[in-house]
Amino acid sequence: MKRIDTAKEAKQNPSYFEALVELLFQLADDDFIISFRGSEWLGLAPHIEEDVALSSITQNTMGHASLYYHLLEDLDIGNADKLAHERQAVERRNASYFERKNGEGSYLQEPYYDWALTVVRQFLFETMKKVKLETIINSSYQPLADIANKVLMEQPYHLAHWRMWLKQLLGSTEEAQNKVQFQLEAAWPACADIIGLGPKAFELEKHHLIAGEDYLRKQWLKELEQSLSLPSSLFVDNHPARGRYGEHTADLDQALSTLSEVYNSDQKAVW
Amino acid sequence: MYIYGGASAADHEKDTEKHTVFMKRIEAGEKIEADDWMPDEYRNALIKLISMHGISEIMGALPEKEWVPKAPSLKRKLGIMAKVQDEMGHGQLLLRVAEDLIKPYGKNRENIMQDLLNGKLKFHNVFHMPTKTWADAGIVGWLVDGAAIISQTNMLDASYGPYQRALQRICQEEVFHAQHGESIIMALAEGSNKQRDMLQEALDRWWSSLLMFFGPASATTTGSSKQEITTKYRIRKSSNEELRQAFLDKYLPRIFSLGLTVPDETIHYDEANKRWEYKQPDWNEFKKIISNNGPCSKQRLRLRDIAYENNRWVRQALAPQAVVS
Repeated sequence: MKRIDTAKEAKQNPSYFEALVELLFQLADDDFIISFRGSEWLGLAPHIEEDVALSSITQNTMGHASLYYHLLEDLDIGNADKLAHERQAVERRNASYFERKNGEGSYLQEPYYDWALTVVRQFLFETMKKVKLETIINSSYQPLADIANKVLMEQPYHLAHWRMWLKQLLGSTEEAQNKVQFQLEAAWPACADIIGLGPKAFELEKHHLIAGEDYLRKQWLKELEQSLSLPSSLFVDNHPARGRYGEHTADLDQALSTLSEVYNSDQKAVW
Repeated sequence: MYIYGGASAADHEKDTEKHTVFMKRIEAGEKIEADDWMPDEYRNALIKLISMHGISEIMGALPEKEWVPKAPSLKRKLGIMAKVQDEMGHGQLLLRVAEDLIKPYGKNRENIMQDLLNGKLKFHNVFHMPTKTWADAGIVGWLVDGAAIISQTNMLDASYGPYQRALQRICQEEVFHAQHGESIIMALAEGSNKQRDMLQEALDRWWSSLLMFFGPASATTTGSSKQEITTKYRIRKSSNEELRQAFLDKYLPRIFSLGLTVPDETIHYDEANKRWEYKQPDWNEFKKIISNNGPCSKQRLRLRDIAYENNRWVRQALAPQAVVS
């Protein structure tokens, strides 16, 4: 495996470069949208301690997104803020499950948000993130491997937080169990998209940017099985919107118009 | 009023003795701790002050929260997330202090939350106000937090130890918040005409709320003020008006140096009396606002109400016997 140390070197091989950009968008967009959904919860969490914890995790996650967008900026793909705020839904590479609204209403009015959805989603997200990052620390692209190492220093605390929530809710009232189970059933069809690597999966593995999909799936199952009983076939790719391929739902449009509202009021301004 | 214990003459005498010792302790600069004996008047003043302070931090997250998902760059998103998270943290820290004080009355956090929702517990006037643009997020960080630093610094040597220690930490963090707000303000002040207009409009909008922030100069203005009691018990040092003057001293020169104005043509510094002369805000409006009839009072309480009701199943799931209301 050839190690690539700089953005300049990465740009020399078009196949390598394109695969790397694809992966960075997936990583950045996942963290960015998850953090956005988390920020909508602010002030509405089940209790004050959770509000503090969730906003801390959300903030760290936005920090991770920013690191990846800056790697893309270093590769001359565009300014990090522009990449975060201006790209259309079809250009986004986050798993479409991560863009789902937190529940009924909006964060400003009548927010009937679903804590069970958030717990399930954050758990699936953090386990996926762990599995991917643990192979990215060996990535051929050194600047990315360095970031993976850095993110993995705080990410285990995030995962531990959601693992605990999941365990607590599944071990408590019938109502809580039902709500979590309902959200798990709704999430299963999205699993192939979540752990997937999109249209450049083959190149990503070939260039040793990240492990292949088969390996990622296997590792992810191991993580999930520690906390959940899983359906027999988890990776049936029948999810209607495959985010890794730029297929998204109307929920992403809502997210993008909110998160870029001020930015878009004057794209040239310094904010 | 909460009264407990017998009220015999002997008890009364004992309490007078305790009271004298207590006053001597605080006058000598000693700190009172949660389990120490304290006069009911002192305890009740602290409960009122600290639960209002704590709940204001939590309600205070709501106006800023409106701009967290909308912050216009990655840097601003990170900054405002960190800031509002701190406010929530302060709320939690202060409610823990208040919980210890209400414990002897058989009350807990649930009661504090109920009191907020049923209107018994007030929250700070500024957090009843609308935030119309991103510039409001800047003004809140810069001037509302700036005002908070001034009023909290006034209690940094408060006689009640748990509150005094919480304030040490809170004030340190508030300094970062004011810097965060100032940085947003500077970007707008140095930006396009549209950004400058946005900033000036936000300042105009917030000015009277900022003057009201420190409360009326005396009880005669609004019919009640706790400042005499809190001063007597060495919880605070300066009066409301002294704090307001300190705020004007610190921020008016900065506001003017940015080329901004305040919506008061009469405002000026009176050299002879060494104080700012300014147009009084409408104190009847202030009374209306803090009794939950401000422009956004109902809407923000509604958010807390929904969060409370909507997450009931979660609280029930977390309860040891899975039975809470």
